[in-house]
Amino acid sequence: MTSLLEMSGISKNFDGFQAISNLSLQIGEPELRAVIGPNGAGKTTFMDIITGKTKPDEGSIRFGEDSRSLIGMSESEIARLGIGRKFQKPTVFEAQTVRENLAMALKNPRGPFSVLFYKKTREGAARLEEIAEEINLTDHLARPAGELSHGQKQWLEIGMLLAQSPRLLLVDEPAAGMTAHEREHTTDILKKAAETRAVIVVEHDMEFVRRLNCKVTVLHEGSVLAEGSLDHVTKNKTVVDVYLGRSDAGD
Amino acid sequence: MTKEHTPRTSFVARNPSVLYLLMALGLFTAVVAVLSEATGVGLISTSFVKTLGKTLCLCLIAIAMDVVWGYCGILSLGHFAFFGIGGYAIGMWLMYARTEIIVAESLAGQVIPPTPQEISDAIGNQIFGVVGSSEFPLIWAFADSLFIQLAFVVLVPGLLALIFGWLAFRSRVTGVYLSILTQAMTLALSLYLFQNDSGLRGNNGLSGLQNVPGLADSGQDVVSLAFFLASALALALGYLLFAWITDSKLGNIIQAIRDDESRVRFLGYHVESYKLFVFTITAIVAGIAGALYYPQAGIINPAEIAPIASIYLAVWVAIGGRGRLYGAVIGAALVSLLSSWFTGGGAPSINLGFYTIQWVDWWLVLLGGTFVLVTLFAPKGIGGLFDKLVRKS
Ligand SMILES: Nc1ncnc2c1ncn2[C@@H]1O[C@H](COP(=O)(O)OP(=O)(O)O)[C@@H](O)[C@H]1O
Ligand SMILES: [Mg+2]
Repeated sequence: MTSLLEMSGISKNFDGFQAISNLSLQIGEPELRAVIGPNGAGKTTFMDIITGKTKPDEGSIRFGEDSRSLIGMSESEIARLGIGRKFQKPTVFEAQTVRENLAMALKNPRGPFSVLFYKKTREGAARLEEIAEEINLTDHLARPAGELSHGQKQWLEIGMLLAQSPRLLLVDEPAAGMTAHEREHTTDILKKAAETRAVIVVEHDMEFVRRLNCKVTVLHEGSVLAEGSLDHVTKNKTVVDVYLGRSDAGD
Repeated sequence: MTKEHTPRTSFVARNPSVLYLLMALGLFTAVVAVLSEATGVGLISTSFVKTLGKTLCLCLIAIAMDVVWGYCGILSLGHFAFFGIGGYAIGMWLMYARTEIIVAESLAGQVIPPTPQEISDAIGNQIFGVVGSSEFPLIWAFADSLFIQLAFVVLVPGLLALIFGWLAFRSRVTGVYLSILTQAMTLALSLYLFQNDSGLRGNNGLSGLQNVPGLADSGQDVVSLAFFLASALALALGYLLFAWITDSKLGNIIQAIRDDESRVRFLGYHVESYKLFVFTITAIVAGIAGALYYPQAGIINPAEIAPIASIYLAVWVAIGGRGRLYGAVIGAALVSLLSSWFTGGGAPSINLGFYTIQWVDWWLVLLGGTFVLVTLFAPKGIGGLFDKLVRKS
């Protein structure tokens, strides 16, 4: 397992509020990693920084074999390097069909002229069907995405992420608003995706994290509080104090 | 595993409006051509042929506006500037070439043949006398070449849109701020053209554009029918072009940009390039529409480029229904024809006893009211109502 992403000494201050402070983290390829932490711990900001949405004040982020620095790159460049992202609030293109949403995400040339002259291919269609099946939306391909249920939108967004074939997936609270049954299926999708790539999942729900059965990073006030297996971190007294002590998920 | 496969329908099946529009346009042009004065039937007057031809040009700029606004979400209040630039570019050649013929005729009787300098001065005097000058400004350098001025019809709006768009999109100016910026560009251009030393005859504008040099022997009935047919052809080609663009995968991307541009970035698309492409290609089509419109109008002046014109354009598209090309055609045709009917004295005044409604004054109120009602009760415009009917049947 080689290191795919290396963040070190990242800090970010929003008008006097230290959202991220001296955060360092490494992720291998393939690897599944859960990031947990109380509300406001900086989990979403951490993803914003990797994907170029937010510029950090300090620190470095390096990606891939040639350790390319992501700092200063635009969101679209970072995405084209192979980093995909699912937002905390599901964001799919509601006016367009499920198929169109997936097709836009499919890994293909991204320039306007290649897109204008793009011809549907058999492989593309097959890949699209395959993803639709994985996210349980095969019967909904022709429907506008806006008509889907909340959970289905979450899946569609995960499907769009898979369609991009990224090397690193950043998944922000994928199970929010899902039924227990939907959650279970979501863990399966993520575990499968992590067989071949790096996946970082931010999640609140402890049962969900337990089912992911992976290394856990606990974030608190913008830096890493503890790292290790779920059992290991849940035994950490500080973790219990700042986070688990306030929820009933620590049993 | 799955039975359903990617639907591989044809372009026409996916865009039925293309077929209907082309058929309607074909029928319409045939009827107008047969009934025009040019064929001798004369049921449709030459001036009405011009009105209809101009309306087709307005439909063309309206579909361009629909692509940039309805599909890509950029509320440009500058596309009428591109339309005007197209008009000025062709107008310069029309005016120059015609004046050249008149000057040549008037100097022909002289004993000593005039030198080229004398001819040039005489043309300059004719054209720029109204602004107290006889010198040819630099921008008229190629006015004697139809080919170059035609190239300018496409290149000047295209380059201006490219430069303006690059600066605006690169700084991620969006929404209302972008609209204001495009309006500022339009206003600046219009104010510049109003100046006498702009080189384009200030507020006099360019006139006599209905007289096409070399076609002096054909009457206006024939010339106007020719422009009408050219406008219909341009609208048909423009409709095909934009239907193809919006039907392509690029059409999906620009609609996605309209709905959530930052999400599109995280999919790896360089949003600014897409906006720039759409902004520029629609500006070029607007320029072409203007180049066909003004020879039918006969005159172009800076007031045509005033920001209000671009706002009307947005109103037509909104009333017709954003995001559907035929909606833009319906909106532009309906509203601009009604507008000339109401403001041209066609609509009878309404006497309320204590007050008489003169439509010249009240048309804008009616239009504004309709716009508000459409926005509130039929946000998808006339095209949206149309869609509902089609789906029911
Ligand atoms: N763009 C921003 N401007 C100001 N404050 C922000 C911004 N983004 C996040 N924050 C603040 O940073 C903190 C961390 O937020 P976030 O990363 O969303 O936490 P989490 O996802 O762990 O709940 C919060 O207090 C939030 O208010
Ligand atoms: Mg969050």
